[in-house]
Amino acid sequence: MLAFTLRRLVVALSVALTVSLIAFVLLHLSGDLATSIAGPEASPAQVAQVRQEYGLDRPLTVQYLDWLWRAVHLDFGNSFYFRTTVASIIAERMPVTMTLGAISLMISLVIAVPLGIIAAVFKGTLIDRLALTFCVLGQAIPTFCLGLGLIIVFAVNLRWLPVSGTAGWMNYILPSVALGWYAVPAVMRLSRNGMLEVLSADYIRTARAKGLSPAVVVLKHALRNAIIPVVALAAVQFGFMLGGSIVVEAVFSMHGVGHLAWEAIARNDFPVVQAVVLILAAIYITLTFVADVINALLDPRMRVA
Amino acid sequence: MTDIAPSAADAAALDTPPPRRSPGLALLRRSLRHGGLLVGGGILFIIVAMALAAPLIAPHDPYAQDLSRRMIPPVWQVKGNWDYILGTDKLGRDYLSRLLYGARISLLIGTVTVLISGTIGTLMGVCAGYFGGKVDAVLSYIVTTRLALPVVLVALASAALVGSSLHGVIIVLGLLLWDRFAVVTRSATQQVAGGDYIAAAKAIGCSTPRLILSEILPNILNPLIVVATLEMAHAILLEAALSFLGLGVQPPLPSWGLMIAEGKQYMFFSPWVIAIPAVALVFLVLAINLLGDGLRDVTAPENRN
Repeated sequence: MLAFTLRRLVVALSVALTVSLIAFVLLHLSGDLATSIAGPEASPAQVAQVRQEYGLDRPLTVQYLDWLWRAVHLDFGNSFYFRTTVASIIAERMPVTMTLGAISLMISLVIAVPLGIIAAVFKGTLIDRLALTFCVLGQAIPTFCLGLGLIIVFAVNLRWLPVSGTAGWMNYILPSVALGWYAVPAVMRLSRNGMLEVLSADYIRTARAKGLSPAVVVLKHALRNAIIPVVALAAVQFGFMLGGSIVVEAVFSMHGVGHLAWEAIARNDFPVVQAVVLILAAIYITLTFVADVINALLDPRMRVA
Repeated sequence: MTDIAPSAADAAALDTPPPRRSPGLALLRRSLRHGGLLVGGGILFIIVAMALAAPLIAPHDPYAQDLSRRMIPPVWQVKGNWDYILGTDKLGRDYLSRLLYGARISLLIGTVTVLISGTIGTLMGVCAGYFGGKVDAVLSYIVTTRLALPVVLVALASAALVGSSLHGVIIVLGLLLWDRFAVVTRSATQQVAGGDYIAAAKAIGCSTPRLILSEILPNILNPLIVVATLEMAHAILLEAALSFLGLGVQPPLPSWGLMIAEGKQYMFFSPWVIAIPAVALVFLVLAINLLGDGLRDVTAPENRN
């Protein structure tokens, strides 16, 4: 188990390192940094001075290592647009995205896991077919279309919920449904397949033969084992949701990091873009690492890979 | 001289060989019995036909502006008229014509993206699966790194860097969406590589490139086509999201995502401006997904559950 964890940790760290290299390249591809920092009105002499002050005249490898050292300490430099540190802007916006992601994950799990279990228990019946059809339909609806549709129905026509913003908890309902919807088909398919596999196992037959009620067999005996793969997928989906929240935040004008990154790209404010890419990737890498370890703890068969 | 004279009917039965089930025919029979595949294929065929015939069937020029005919509602609404069946947009352009030409953009982006990403991913997957060992470790590492990158954000940032345009979107998506191709071809190649015919081809001195091209690729074609179909839907959805966020296909091109973005400001009073392109998008993606799922069912019936 320790060897497995260490191996996974090495992979996770080297992936993080590669991602940091990509983020660094992204920043340097966005144009001459000295000109961007000095501003559009700066004279060539001022640009040269900035270049020297910020160490932009050093070899790229030295710059990368220096930048990486700072990034590990959560120092991502200054934004070209806001004139404050990137870290402080992101710290301000992060809670919105995190809340949105967490509620979305909860919504998708609450819809998808029971649906998957019911579909598996009633395999091959009309209920199963309806659940699978729901999945195929769900996959075809783009997040931003669903978001706009929810606004038209629940915010404009019914006036139950606010159109946009982040003022209160009511503001999070529609965006979370739109974002969580995206993960429902995958989670549902996985819980259905996991359940089907478990339900055909010998110990379930034994439990049934003992005369336990079907509900106890499914919810107590089968669910525990069927849910293991869902844990890993839920972690991965949470990572995807943080990355995908950019679309939902744009639709609902929520000022999270997705919205921040979107605006930053339009303003060519690449220090911010780079930091958001790096942070989201780091969260994803951490989540998948933790999910792998938890999976291996729950199911020793996973420890080989 | 036989005691039992064969009757004419028996002789005829002996002459006709037992019904031979050619694999192609069996596949066709399974396809024709698969509801989802037929529905998906049918809708997709209609959309492709309408996209190809757009110059012939579009009632108006999709770019012709007429500010005196702005925001005419579709024909089923009170103020609609038969000259503009789906109404007009904020610049007085015919919505039906734009929708028809927009289908060309979605299909073009889907097809070319999948050609690029499919080539990259298949090459990586086949090499990883065939050579195994260190090659496999390195390529799996690259796939893991790619999965850690938030795809919408990186696509947006790269699109901004290479310049937001039709070509830019295709290049960015093509270079980003190869991960599923790599994963699927890798495991498919691993399954095929142990076959006797591969050993036989090696024994008669087949070169490695030839072995891959003429022995392995044809045998992993089925899963590859399925992934290509599903990834095409993925690419179309991402293009719509990028264009919706303003960093994909640029005006005046009638991309469906862009049409939704342009209609967003009118959605409170004229929801049809976003509903029409949204429904078109959902139908296209649904059709492609149904076709892909159906193809998986009929080409690998043993994997069905």
